[in-house]
Amino acid sequence: MLRFLVRRSLGALVILLIISMVTFALFFAIPADPARLFCGKVCSPENLTLIKHSMGLDQSVPMQYWNWLSGIFVGHTYPGGDVPHCDAPCFGWSFVKKDMVLDTLMDRFPTTLSLTVGSAVVFLIFGIGTGMLAAHKQGKAADKIASAASLVATSMQIYVAGPLALWALVYSTDLLDLPTYVPITEDPIGWFSGLLVPWIVLSLIWTANYTRMTRSSMVEQLTEDYVRTARAKGMSGTSVFMRYAWRGAMGTIVTVFGIDLGVLLGGAIITESTFGLHGLGELAIRSFIDSDLSMLVGVTMVAATFIVIFNIVVDAVYALIDPRIRLA
Amino acid sequence: MTTQAKPEEAAAGSGGSTAFLSVRDLSVRFSTEDGVVRAVDNLSFEVEPGTTLGIVGESGSGKSVTNLAILGLHNPEKTEIDGSIKLAGQELVGASTKELEKLRGKTMSMIFQDPLTALSPFHTIGKQIGETYRKHTGASKKEARDRAIEMLTKVGIPQPNVRVDDYPHQFSGGMRQRAMIAMSLVCNPKLVIADEPTTALDVTVQAQILDLLKDLQQEMGTAIILITHDLGVVASTAQNIMVMYAGRAVERGTVREVLKTPQHPYTWGLLSSMPNLTGPVDVPLRPVRGTPPSLIHLPSGCPFNPRCDHREKVVGGGCTTERPALLPEAGHATACHLTAAQKQDIFIDQIQPRLG
Repeated sequence: MLRFLVRRSLGALVILLIISMVTFALFFAIPADPARLFCGKVCSPENLTLIKHSMGLDQSVPMQYWNWLSGIFVGHTYPGGDVPHCDAPCFGWSFVKKDMVLDTLMDRFPTTLSLTVGSAVVFLIFGIGTGMLAAHKQGKAADKIASAASLVATSMQIYVAGPLALWALVYSTDLLDLPTYVPITEDPIGWFSGLLVPWIVLSLIWTANYTRMTRSSMVEQLTEDYVRTARAKGMSGTSVFMRYAWRGAMGTIVTVFGIDLGVLLGGAIITESTFGLHGLGELAIRSFIDSDLSMLVGVTMVAATFIVIFNIVVDAVYALIDPRIRLA
Repeated sequence: MTTQAKPEEAAAGSGGSTAFLSVRDLSVRFSTEDGVVRAVDNLSFEVEPGTTLGIVGESGSGKSVTNLAILGLHNPEKTEIDGSIKLAGQELVGASTKELEKLRGKTMSMIFQDPLTALSPFHTIGKQIGETYRKHTGASKKEARDRAIEMLTKVGIPQPNVRVDDYPHQFSGGMRQRAMIAMSLVCNPKLVIADEPTTALDVTVQAQILDLLKDLQQEMGTAIILITHDLGVVASTAQNIMVMYAGRAVERGTVREVLKTPQHPYTWGLLSSMPNLTGPVDVPLRPVRGTPPSLIHLPSGCPFNPRCDHREKVVGGGCTTERPALLPEAGHATACHLTAAQKQDIFIDQIQPRLG
C-alpha cells in the first residue's frame, strides 16, 4: 500500500507539472495581452513597457514559467516594487484582483467545498437509495417511475433547473433564501439556508445520475452466478441483496463518486455562475475573461490536484473493496 | 427397479412416493418476448438416498432448469411450474420462499458448474462456507469458522486453517470446486444436485472431484443428482441415468442398461458421438445431425423426429404426429415409437459395431 501511494504520488506530481506547463503555453497562445488590458484605453508605449516589466511579461515565456514554478518553493519578488513580496508557497500575484493568488483561492475554496460536500451527501443517499429500490422492484411500477424520473432529471441542465428552482422556491413563493455563501463558522444557519437551493438543484441532477448508475450495476450484479449461489445456500432475499449484490455494485459507484468528487471540488462552474456563488468555478470563468494568468493557473492547478488526488484515493479504496485488486 | 411404485399410486399416496426425491409430471415454462419456452415438459423421476442419478443431454435439454426448479431458484414472475416435486414427502412446488430458504443449503444443496463465478469474489472461502452453516444451525462465527476448516479438510484442501481465510481467486480451479463442494455439504444435506461439477476442470482433477463426491456420498448417505453431458462421468459415478431431450426424458434406466443396451435413437447418437479410445484413430466422430429444436416451437410428434435416422421404420409415420410416452413405467424405459424388436435389431446391427 505504501509503495503504491509513493509511486502514484510521484506520478501525480509529474502530471501536475505537465498540466501547469500546458496551461502556461495555452495562455500565451491566445491573442490577449494582459498588460494592454491593464494599461487601459489611453496607453502610452512607455507606460505599457513599464507595466509589462512590473508584471514580468517582458521576460520569455519559459522564464515566466520558471519564476512561477520556483515561486512555489522559494517565493517571488516582482520587479517594479509596487507588488508586495510573495512568500513561499507563492502561486503568484493577481494584477487584476490586486491580491495574492493563494489568498484568493483560500478565500473561494470554502464556498465550493460547502456546495460540493452538501450536495454529495444528498445525492449519495438519495441516488443510491432510489437506485437500489429500483433494482429491487425491477420491472415494477416503482422501478419504472424511478427510472423515468431520473431520466428526466439527468437530461436537465443546471442553467435550466437552477432558474426554475429559484423562481419556484425563492422569487414567487419566498419559501427559501436567495443563494448566498456565509461561512459556517460565522453563522451555521445562514450557511445552511444560503446554500439550500443550490444543493437541491445540484443534487437533483446528480441524484438522477447515481440512481441510474446504482440501478444498472445492481441489476447486473443480481444476475451474477454467485448471487444465485447465495440463494441456493438458503440466504434470505435481504442478505443476498445487501451482502452479495450491493457488495459487487459498490466498486463501480465508489470509483465514479471519487472522480466526480474531484471534479466538483475543482469548482462547479455552471452551478456557481447560475446562483452567483463566488467559488472556484466562478473564479475560473472570471480569470479567463480578465486574462488573469496567475489566477487562471492557480485555479487550474487546484482543480487538477483534486482530480489527481481523488484518482489515487479511488484506486486505493477499490483495492479495499475488491480483494482481487492488488496494489503495487 | 422392479419394486418401484407406479406413478399414479405414488402420486396418490398420502406421504408421496417412497422415494426420497420424487418429481412427478414437472413442467417448467418461461414467458419470453418471443413466446412461451417449454423448458421442461412432463418430466418424472425419482432419486433414492445414497444413490446417484445422472441426467445427460445436450445444452438446452432442460437439465439445469429441472434442478433449479427443485431448489425453487427460478424467477416466479417469469416462470410457470406445474406438477409435483416432493422432497422427503414435502411438496416443493408452490412452497413459500421462507420454507424453501430453510431447505436450501440444509436439506438440499447445489454444486454449480463454474466455481470461479459461482463463488463470491468479495468474501473469503471460510465466510462463504460458514455462512451457510450459521444460517441453518445458528452457530456462532467461531463455530462456523471451525466447521469451515473441518469441511475444507474433508474435501482435501491442504493447510485448511490457513486457506480458510483465502479468497476464491487465490484458489486453483480444482480447489475452488472442492471449496464449492465443501460449501454445499456443510449442513450434511440429504440431496445434492451437482450441475456439471467437473466441466471446468482438467481430467485428473475431474477424477479427484468425482471420487470425493462418491466418498462423501458413502459417508453421509446423500442422494445425488449429477447433471452432465459427459457420459464417461455418469458411467463411473451414477447408478441410474436419465437422458433428456427438449425438456423430456427420452430414456431412463440403470447405468448398465442405458450405456450397454441403449434403446433410444438419441442415446445412440450421443454414444456414437463419443470418441472410442481403443478404436482406430482415423475413424471420424459421428455427431447427432441437425441442431436441438427451439423450445418455443417444438416439432410436432416426437421432438427428436427431425434429427432421427430411423423414423421411416415406424409403421404409420407416428413420429411426426404422436408424441411417444416413456414406457414402460418402471425399469429401463424409452420414449420412442419403434417397437422393442426394431430397437433391438437396429442396436445390434448398426449401433453396437460402431461403439466398438
